[in-house]
This record gives sequence, structure tokens and C-alpha cells, in this order.
Amino acid sequence: MNSKLSGIAASDGIAQAKAYLLIEPDLTVEKKTTSDADAEKARLSKAIEESKEQLAKIRAIAAESLGEEEAQVFDAHTMVLSDPDLIDQTHAVIDDEKVNADYAFKQVTDNFIAMFEGMEDNAYMQERAADIRDVRKRVLARLLNVTLPSPATIDEEVIIIAEDLTPSDTAQLNKKYVKAFVTDIGGRTSHSAIMARSLEIPAIVGTKNITELVSEEDYLIVDGIEGDVIVNPSDDQISEYDKKAQDFADLKKEWDQLRDEPSMTKDGKHVELAANIGTPKDLEGVNNNGGEGIGLYRTEFLYMDSNELPTEEDQYEAYKKVLEGMGERPVVVRTMDIGGDKELPYLELPKEMNPFLGYRAIRVSLDQDAIFRTQLRALLRASVHGNLRIMFPMIATLPEFRDAKAILEEEKAKLIDEGVEVSDAVQVGIMVEIPAAAVLADQFAKEVDFFSIGTNDLIQYTMAADRMNERVSYLYQPYNPSILRLIKGVIDAAHKEGKWAGMCGEMAGDQIAVPLLVGLGLDEFSMSATSILKTRSLLKKLDSNQMKELATQALADCTTVDEVIEMVNRYTAE
Amino acid sequence: MEKREYNVTAETGIHARPATLLVQTASKYNSDITLEYKGKSVNLKSIMGVMSLGVGKGADVSITAEGADEKEAIEGIDQTIKNEGMAE
Repeated sequence: MNSKLSGIAASDGIAQAKAYLLIEPDLTVEKKTTSDADAEKARLSKAIEESKEQLAKIRAIAAESLGEEEAQVFDAHTMVLSDPDLIDQTHAVIDDEKVNADYAFKQVTDNFIAMFEGMEDNAYMQERAADIRDVRKRVLARLLNVTLPSPATIDEEVIIIAEDLTPSDTAQLNKKYVKAFVTDIGGRTSHSAIMARSLEIPAIVGTKNITELVSEEDYLIVDGIEGDVIVNPSDDQISEYDKKAQDFADLKKEWDQLRDEPSMTKDGKHVELAANIGTPKDLEGVNNNGGEGIGLYRTEFLYMDSNELPTEEDQYEAYKKVLEGMGERPVVVRTMDIGGDKELPYLELPKEMNPFLGYRAIRVSLDQDAIFRTQLRALLRASVHGNLRIMFPMIATLPEFRDAKAILEEEKAKLIDEGVEVSDAVQVGIMVEIPAAAVLADQFAKEVDFFSIGTNDLIQYTMAADRMNERVSYLYQPYNPSILRLIKGVIDAAHKEGKWAGMCGEMAGDQIAVPLLVGLGLDEFSMSATSILKTRSLLKKLDSNQMKELATQALADCTTVDEVIEMVNRYTAE
Repeated sequence: MEKREYNVTAETGIHARPATLLVQTASKYNSDITLEYKGKSVNLKSIMGVMSLGVGKGADVSITAEGADEKEAIEGIDQTIKNEGMAE
């Protein structure tokens, strides 16, 4: 069968390989009564032995491709499988209740999971419960005679097909063999999309049903530029896409030559092209792509990759590494943005009806200020190692900014009292993502050192459309004139007070938005590192005065997104 | 039957690495080996059993071995505990 389907182009590039379905099989267990207990025990021990062999293989491959540390999780799994209590208890259930091994094993592991999840030392015990779940999946798959995907064992070139990819899935993927991702759900800002861009492999998300349409035998072409997947292509299609891949590689080569050039418009106006990062590991990508700064360091990963709150020392080390790695170049660190779609099991934040409108980011920081103070101390201590800028997320009102800044000043004074050296040149700004702050930007501009416009959230709050909800995804409209007017207001307000305005949402690297943003006078554009060179190449073709005219006209005349796009295309074609 | 008593000094108690090491050591012997804490005893060869006790720093525990190699077992476990500074 030859067919074509489309989704959201999430990461550039073209890849061809066979499909690898990363889909969990149905592991529903049926209760069956049986009088042959010995046969059931034999099935169980065979399943356990086979699982152990499989784990040993996976461990060896994981150690080689991902490193010893990542592989150790599989040692914990092997130990659970060897646990005599687990086996004895399962045998007892088989004997007493005269049931099949599948059911007995499920019941016993359920008890262990419930016990660990109910224990007080929760973060650590949750992890043990997760280990048991993982191990159980493996054994049940054997008992039910279904195959479990094991991404860590991939040893040939593949394209991963999944409903969605979780961080733990991606951690197990061997970058050498994974040529692309295609998922059912997600958007340009979902984890899998961001991951694909940082790995620099093509990705298409939000295809809705690729997992139903593609099977393991299928060969695929993924066009991450257009967002198309070709299933079992014809020879003609293969050569067509080979050419397209070659053209893209040539284009990339051209972009690569811009790595050490400044970001300038055709008429010589300089803007700053910076990168968004999540961990110090991302620095390599920033440097490879000629980033002139870091416009958004998302510190949540420090909190999310851990089982407990990161210590001041852990945070200090991470911030120092990033600041030193960037040298003179500015680094905007966003204080923790937890809540919303980013949950932390150990903080036990209550479940909310509207998490995006709820208790998150600066609202948590101001309420649980001990956590916030630890982060600020770590940042201030690291400030002497580079060019630090601190940004508060989700600011809606001036008192919130003033309170946050007062806490920062208190911690700074304490550190100085303790004899710790702190930089005096740290700028303090806000992320503009709530329409209230955008509307009141003129007042904010008197007190902040800079603005960085977070478009992903600004758009969802302005349009009142949850960006995780695919049924209203048509309302995610970066070029809507309403959004452009808000952006203009923020940039103008900053300039009036002699401050700078940046943008750290996806829009900053968007090829339609960039001409408008240049025209509106945006000073700093922060994007995925892999979008920087493409944007630098685009900038070279734009005349800043002409773009100013474009922006003025678009804001005055356009009533819809389509009109804006049309106008941009007209101007940039000239 | 061989029995030893300990006071746990490891910061994390008998969790994580200490628990893993104890279970690995105990599993080398044929004797039945139990860990007792607050009147509850578990099989020291069972990682899930050991962790279910939730032994923290400062806890008083006892370890018992019973079987043909009980002497070697209790010595071997004692070595592991001392080498790793888990308890006194």
C-alpha cells in the first residue's frame, strides 16, 4: 500500500527508513481457574527467566549507547525479578486460589506497587513502584505471548512511530539509529518536537492516527519540512525525496557558513539571535549553531529530572556551567515555571481544573518562597561567572514583580553579608505571557530591565484556547493582528524607557513572523538552537525599513491571519 | 542460628544502594537470612521485603542466619555492613 499522510512539521529534514512502532501492547490479564498449579508455576518461571535474559541484553546495549549510569536502572529491574518474596507470594496465590500465573503475578505485583506508593519516603518509593511496573510489563508480555517494544535495543536505522514520546522513551533511544519521529498527538511545542529539534532529526507530530495506519513492515519517508509522511513510497518518490534531502543538506551547508557571522539585516541593522535551552548539555547545540546568547534557560528540568527539590549547590553548578560556557554572551535564566502541564510528584501540588490558569510559575515561587530563595541564591552566586539576566515567568501584576524582586534583593544582601561575591550587573526582567502584563507594558517598563515575550502562552491566553487541546488548535494564531498589536505595545513600551525587548516563544524563529518582528523593532529573538542559522540567513535578505513599512501596514489594515500571511509573502518576495 | 544486632548509621538508612548490597550479599548463601526491625522480620534476600521495612538512620535492627552456612553468611554480611559504613 502506497499512501501519504500529513501532520505538523515539527523538525526540519528528510529521512527514509523502516517503521518502528513504539506502542504498548494490550496487557490486560484474564482470571482463569486451573487445577494444574505446577504448570502455571513452570510458565511463570519460564517467563521470568526469559525476561531476565532480555533485560541482560537490553542492559548491555543501553550501557554501550547511553552510558553506564542510564543502564543501571535495568540492574534494579533484574533484582526485582530475582526477588524470592515476589515469586513465593505468586506461587502461594496460584496454589490457594487455583488461578493462572498471569492473574496471580498481577495481583501480587499490585500489592507491592500499592505498598510502595503508600510509603512515606515518597519520591524514592514511587521510583521503586515504577520499577515493579516496568518489570511486570515485561513478565506479563511473556506470559501473554505479546512483544514489548524495547527502544534501547534498536540496532538498525528506523523511524519511530508512537502515540507520543515521553522523556523516558527518548532517553532510551539510540541517536545513531533513530532517523525521525512521527507521532499521533502533540504540537510544535510538545516534548517530542523539542527533543527532535535538539537531536536535529526530522519529526512530524499531530498526525492523529499514524499508529493505526503504519505497521512494522512498512518503509517510510518523513519530510519534516512539509510535514508529510509517505508510506511505502514508489521508486520515483524515493528518488524525488533523495533529491529533496540533498537540496536540504546543501541549504544546511549554506547556513553553516553563517555560524560566526553577526545577525544583520540587508541594510546592516543588528538583532540578537539567541537560543532556548533546558540543560547545560544544550550548550553544544548553541555553539554549533552560532547562538549569540541564551534567551531562555528553562530551569524546570533541574526540578523535573530529580526526585526531590534540587539543592542550592546542584543548581549553582548547573548555572555556573551555562554562564561559563557562554562567556560574555548574555544568559537569560527563567526562574522555575512549575505547574500548568509540568507537574512535580514530590511537591504535591493539588490537581486543578484549569492548570494553565492556576497555581504555577511565579505564583508558586511567591507562595512557597523557600524554594524560590534557594534558586535565587544559586543564581546570584553563579552571577560572577558570566553575563546573567534573571527573568520571572507568569507575571500578571506589578506587585508580583516587586515582591519577586524584593526577595531577590534580600537574598543578595544576605549573600553579601556572608562574604559571597555577587555580580552587580545582573538585569532583572519579566516574561510577558499574560495579556494583562502586555497591556500594562508601559508601566512595567519603568521598573524592569527587559521584557521577553513568551508567545506560546501569550497566544493561548489571548485567544482563550488551550494549546494542548487539538479541537481548538486553529486558534493558535501567532500572526493574528491582535497578537501583533500586543507585541508592538510591549516593544514600544520597552524602547520608550530605554530597555530591550526579546521574544522566547516558537514565533521568534518562525519564518513568517520574523519579517514582522524585525519591522516591529524586536531586539532579541530566542529560539531552538537549530533555527538560528536559518533565521540568520533570512535576516540577511530583509531590509529593516521595508519591514517597518510591512509591520505598520499589517497592523493598520489586516483583519485576519490570512491577510497578514499574504502581506508578508508579498513584501518578502520583493 | 547466628544473630547480630546493629544500629544503622547510613544517612539514607537501609535504602537504595545499602539495601541492594545487603540483598546481593545475602543471596550468596544458602541459609535462611532475616532482617528484623520493630518486631517485623523480612527475608534479607528480598529487595522488596527489605525496602518495605523502611529502615531509617538510627534504627536498631537485627540480622539472623539459620542453615548450613550460617556462620559464613553472618560474617559475610557483617563485612559488607562494616565496609560500607552502614551500621555499627
